[in-house]
Amino acid sequence: MTLEKKRILIAKPGLDGHDVGAKVIALALRDAGAEVIYTGLRRSPEQIVRIAVDEDVDMLGLSILSGSHKELAASVIERLRIEDAADIKVFVGGTIPEEDFETLRAAGVRGIYTSEMTIESVIAEIDSQLS
Amino acid sequence: MTAAVQTGSDKTMSDHLSHTPSGIEVPITVTAEMVGNLSEGKPGQFPFTRGIFENGYRGRLWTIRQYSGFGTAESTNERYRFLLDRGQTGLSVALDLPTQCGYDPDHEMAMSEIGKVGVSLSTLAEAEILFDQIDLSKISTSFTINGTAAIIYAMYLAVADKKGVPRAQLTGTIQNDILKEYVARGTWIFPVRPSMRLIADSVLYANEQTPRFNPISIAGAHVRDAGSTAAEEMAYTLANGLAYVDEFNRRGGDIEKFAKRLSFFFYVHMDLFEEVAKFRAGRRMWAKMLAERYGVTDQKALQFRFGVVCGGSSLTAAQPMNNVVRVGVETMAAVMGGAQSIFTCAFDEAYQIPTETSAEIALRTQQIIAEESGVARTVDPLGGSYYVEWLTDQMEEMIGEIMDELDEYGGVVKAIEDGYLQAKVAERAKERKQATDSGARPVVGVNVGTRARNESDKGEMFSQDPETVKQVLAKHAATLERRDQAEVDRALAALSAAAATDTENVMPHLVECCHAYATVGEMVASLKKEWGEFQEPIRF
Repeated sequence: MTLEKKRILIAKPGLDGHDVGAKVIALALRDAGAEVIYTGLRRSPEQIVRIAVDEDVDMLGLSILSGSHKELAASVIERLRIEDAADIKVFVGGTIPEEDFETLRAAGVRGIYTSEMTIESVIAEIDSQLS
Repeated sequence: MTAAVQTGSDKTMSDHLSHTPSGIEVPITVTAEMVGNLSEGKPGQFPFTRGIFENGYRGRLWTIRQYSGFGTAESTNERYRFLLDRGQTGLSVALDLPTQCGYDPDHEMAMSEIGKVGVSLSTLAEAEILFDQIDLSKISTSFTINGTAAIIYAMYLAVADKKGVPRAQLTGTIQNDILKEYVARGTWIFPVRPSMRLIADSVLYANEQTPRFNPISIAGAHVRDAGSTAAEEMAYTLANGLAYVDEFNRRGGDIEKFAKRLSFFFYVHMDLFEEVAKFRAGRRMWAKMLAERYGVTDQKALQFRFGVVCGGSSLTAAQPMNNVVRVGVETMAAVMGGAQSIFTCAFDEAYQIPTETSAEIALRTQQIIAEESGVARTVDPLGGSYYVEWLTDQMEEMIGEIMDELDEYGGVVKAIEDGYLQAKVAERAKERKQATDSGARPVVGVNVGTRARNESDKGEMFSQDPETVKQVLAKHAATLERRDQAEVDRALAALSAAAATDTENVMPHLVECCHAYATVGEMVASLKKEWGEFQEPIRF
């Protein structure tokens, strides 16, 4: 595993309060050796990008279950570019219909992890993104 | 980041055959000798283990109450009239996240969420459209609303006033349970203590104004769906219930009166007998606690009335048609557990807003069980079963232990303010996910009976009207334009002034604000000015 000492931000953009998935992934990443920061609920894309830049993270995970993933992911990635922080890799988790995968990837999302995947496979994918 | 928190009674759910999902070890055979007192009370008698009504469902069937709402007030009103026409007996309003969190549609935090997970209801003007041609004196309406519950309840009163329906005739429920929002679901706004005050204001006001309306539904459902076991779900709910009782007492409420209008709300997942035992144990424990700790004597005030939702995280996105069967089993458990109202999730709930087809199957599932299966014929049909009676006792013991742990920590309010309970639920969620990943917890289509996905699996897809956001914004702007601004300002100022006192009930002011077409966002801002905002403890 290369997750040792990697800094990962788990964020909850928008108003959606379902934070179980975000916390489960945060716990699993911590167990795998990463330094995990969790934003808590209801963060705007600006706030999330600010934390990501200030904390100098390697990767940023957005957890979205309200159906607003396309708008919110695009907004976060756009702001990372403006902040000259496009090197921070973005992944998205939550209730994401397969037909939206292409749109998200085109917007620059590096990984899409739904609740159907095992924790182990999500961690392995994040690990390979950061190797 | 703090260290991992101890996870409850730490019984494992690893051995699915010998243990219930809450971790109770089950013998192959339960014998008569293992069962305590079988005849403790008849149905309708203290402590109500066997049900709160002597005549069970023969007197009155459970309320079939499907949760729905999306997009504009117009589109949701149309769906309500469709469901009522198909035999639904109560409405259950789903509100969008901006309405639930107290943001108007034109706020920057609201934009991408307008009309997504429920209907947008920013002013009385929208509520008037939502209930157009629906007779509020006959249909009971339930609102899943918490952070802004007092405001939405005020809006419902204002709609009734406008329609000329006497408030005393209104029936229904507002969830209005903020404690569990801090633990799961997350639509909190104010800090815990002013939130408790707002709930006391609304409950005490409702007792006077709408005596047939349930002003709070203390819900374990969301914590359960987030990862807790059935025993934890009941324990946290009973503990929250007692915290509310203490608050209402402190505010001078009469427990013999307000306790009659407390209701509860739970998830039903797949372990049929454990679910039935959970409800039987919960009914008994609540009645005993109110009688023993508070000296309640009115039999109606001791009755534990609850609604349920079947489905949720027990449903799978893989092979979604299997969910029809799951919801059928769960509905049987709800009925045999004695639920007063049931919401059955549609099979496609795991990945989208239900379509008319899937919503109709969910509704028909309840009708088939009610009309064809005969399970509603006799009260508590599983009463006297060695297994169910034994499991009821076991659940009661485990629920009691979990409540004691919380008490030892310093009570639920402290556990929530510290983030202790939140961390515990997250840890449980991880365990459940790991148990599913490893196959220790069998889920058909996910780790048993898996196959590659077919194109046809998902069936008809729901599509949201792309014009929704534009329509909502335009209507909101038009309402702001039309209203009498001086009247709005007056009403909001009076609201802030009441909030600044410790004792004045804010409810009459909220109703005034609604009548003046003040927005949800404006009312929340007026209260925030006095009460501040909750700061989420980050602990996992």
